[in-house]
Amino acid sequence: MAGLSSRSRNGEPVIECRKLWKMFGHDIERAMQSVRADSLSKEEVLERHGCVIGVQDVSFSVEEGEIFCIMGLSGSGKSTLIRHVNRLIEPTAGEVWIEGENVGALGQAALRELRASKTGMVFQNMALMPHRTVRENVAFALEVRGQDRRSRTEVADRAIDIVELTGWGERYPDELSGGMQQRVGLARAIAADPRILLMDEPFSALDPLIRRQLQDQFMQLAGEMKKTTLFITHDLDEAIRIGDRIAIMRDGILVQVGTPEQIVTEPRDSYVADFVAGISKLDLVTASRVMEPLAAFEAREGRLSTANSLTARPDDSLDRLAELSIRTDAPLIIEDDGTPVGVVDKKSLIRGIQGRLPLTAEPG
Amino acid sequence: MAVGDAFSFLDPFSGLDLGIADWADGIKQWASANRGTIQPVKRALNDGVLAVEAALQSVPPVLMIVLLALLAWQLSGRRVAVIVLAALVALGLLDPGAWALAMTTLAIVLCSVAMCMIIGMPLGIMAAKSDRFESAIRPVLDTMQTIPAFVYLVPVVMLVGIGNVSGVIVTIVFAVPPLIRLTSLGIRQVNQGVVEAARAFGASSSQIMFKVELPLAMPTIMAGVNQTIMLSLSMVVIASMIAVKGLGNEVLRAMGRLDAGKAIVGGLGIVILAIVLDRITQGVAQSGRKRGRRHWWQGGPVGLLLAIPEGLKGRRSQDGSARRGPATPNGKGRDNQEKEN
Repeated sequence: MAGLSSRSRNGEPVIECRKLWKMFGHDIERAMQSVRADSLSKEEVLERHGCVIGVQDVSFSVEEGEIFCIMGLSGSGKSTLIRHVNRLIEPTAGEVWIEGENVGALGQAALRELRASKTGMVFQNMALMPHRTVRENVAFALEVRGQDRRSRTEVADRAIDIVELTGWGERYPDELSGGMQQRVGLARAIAADPRILLMDEPFSALDPLIRRQLQDQFMQLAGEMKKTTLFITHDLDEAIRIGDRIAIMRDGILVQVGTPEQIVTEPRDSYVADFVAGISKLDLVTASRVMEPLAAFEAREGRLSTANSLTARPDDSLDRLAELSIRTDAPLIIEDDGTPVGVVDKKSLIRGIQGRLPLTAEPG
Repeated sequence: MAVGDAFSFLDPFSGLDLGIADWADGIKQWASANRGTIQPVKRALNDGVLAVEAALQSVPPVLMIVLLALLAWQLSGRRVAVIVLAALVALGLLDPGAWALAMTTLAIVLCSVAMCMIIGMPLGIMAAKSDRFESAIRPVLDTMQTIPAFVYLVPVVMLVGIGNVSGVIVTIVFAVPPLIRLTSLGIRQVNQGVVEAARAFGASSSQIMFKVELPLAMPTIMAGVNQTIMLSLSMVVIASMIAVKGLGNEVLRAMGRLDAGKAIVGGLGIVILAIVLDRITQGVAQSGRKRGRRHWWQGGPVGLLLAIPEGLKGRRSQDGSARRGPATPNGKGRDNQEKEN
């Protein structure tokens, strides 16, 4: 165990999916062979073999402490994908590795141990056990591992405190509101102190205000606990708020993987571009992306007087630049460690907020 | 297979004899040949039934009525306790001999139902887990429920002889199918999301069965137990034909002598027993929380007993910390407290 965790600290991914395929249907093996041989499309596989492709050749890895969001619409295969990580679903082909262990090769007992101690899962529909109190729900993973009642009550109460439900341990789930129920779901996932959290659209069933609250609470927790998290959502705003990296999934394929800024500023295809069109760039895009190099600017506009210009850093957000440029008519100077590297004038700032990049390609 | 001389294509059946009845009759020979192995098992089962009956008969009627009423109160609430009390008093008033006969019948019914649960619940669980087993067992259950009891009465008597054990066996044949069906249905209806969550937290299949599926299927399973009890009671008259004593035997004898009065007394006795058992088991099927308490020991006579020392200690609220957590936002908790009985 110690060896494994130190290895993952040395840069080995905590979760890794390698060429993962999942098909549903009768003659899966034949379908898989002909997909490999002829690289059929999803529609062709359905037509020729009657098999539905859920996940198609997906590879990705999640580093320690990272929050990795998989974003896709319903039917894109994202919920199927997350269930491969703790092997609630067996892959048709490909492998899942957790901390250097091949999940597909685990025996039943080892698999149960992995589920109970290494991963914690939160579900869209909460999936709390209605016949158990909040505390008994939270302590479930400890109970199946055979911990005695006193110690698991103690651990469960700590988890209940963390999600700010102190005093509700004796209640039953149906006595709680939806938001509180999902906090119980979160407490259940973290109670056994797993290193990995699997969140399957945890906040999608909640109304917007509660969803926002829970997102904030989750991000605060994630910051404190540093758990490696795989987070499924159909809401790009949520993915951008929460994710360190985002993968866009469509028809079982990962279309694009990148940081929120990369996804928003460099959408790989029109599908992703449509998604990010409505996303506010203010907090996502940084000065380094919209600025014009100092040399190019001075070649065009002449020497810039730095005396009354305001300065910003390359990783400042557009929001911050907008705030600064309200105070002055002069272009903003972007300084990296005190040396001016670029300039942002009003036009490039507004273009940046509009999301029309890259700016240099634009005429006049 | 014998084909008669006058074989007709328009009426082939009267000329054909496949010998099914003779073949089925062979059971008799098989039974009498295997009597040696069957007898010890039969004796043990018979002793069990007699022990239950002796226990029930040894309790004085008034004490039994009080005990059953208290049990009904604990399991199913005060209203049911009153119904049970009234029904049992009516049973005693029916006829001077009615109480003893009713206890004999109750003993055989309780034994039948216990056997039905031992047989039926595992089969129901298997049927829930395997579609193939479910579709294989369904026609068998249909047969058991619809075939006239008299048809298997004779082979059973051939096999084990007359008496209580045969009575229990024919009752099981008739009464176990709904328990198997409803156990399977109850488990199949359990929310798959919850089962998946249990799996995701490392539960094994047996842990899922006992910690998730069976508790959640319990209301449906209890409905099956309730049906099994009702069907067992409806078999007591038929069972009395193979020398099972009790209320059924009373009805049978009255019919033989065209004594309508005695038949009605026996019949009413069976109905009253049915009401008592039905109300108690239905109350069990309903969770205590629906009646506004968190634990079974917080209501009924046990709750009252536990509350007495609490009440003496400065007349504090009976269950302060246990029930009154933080206020529920939607006021559900409060509703529950008001509905308590």
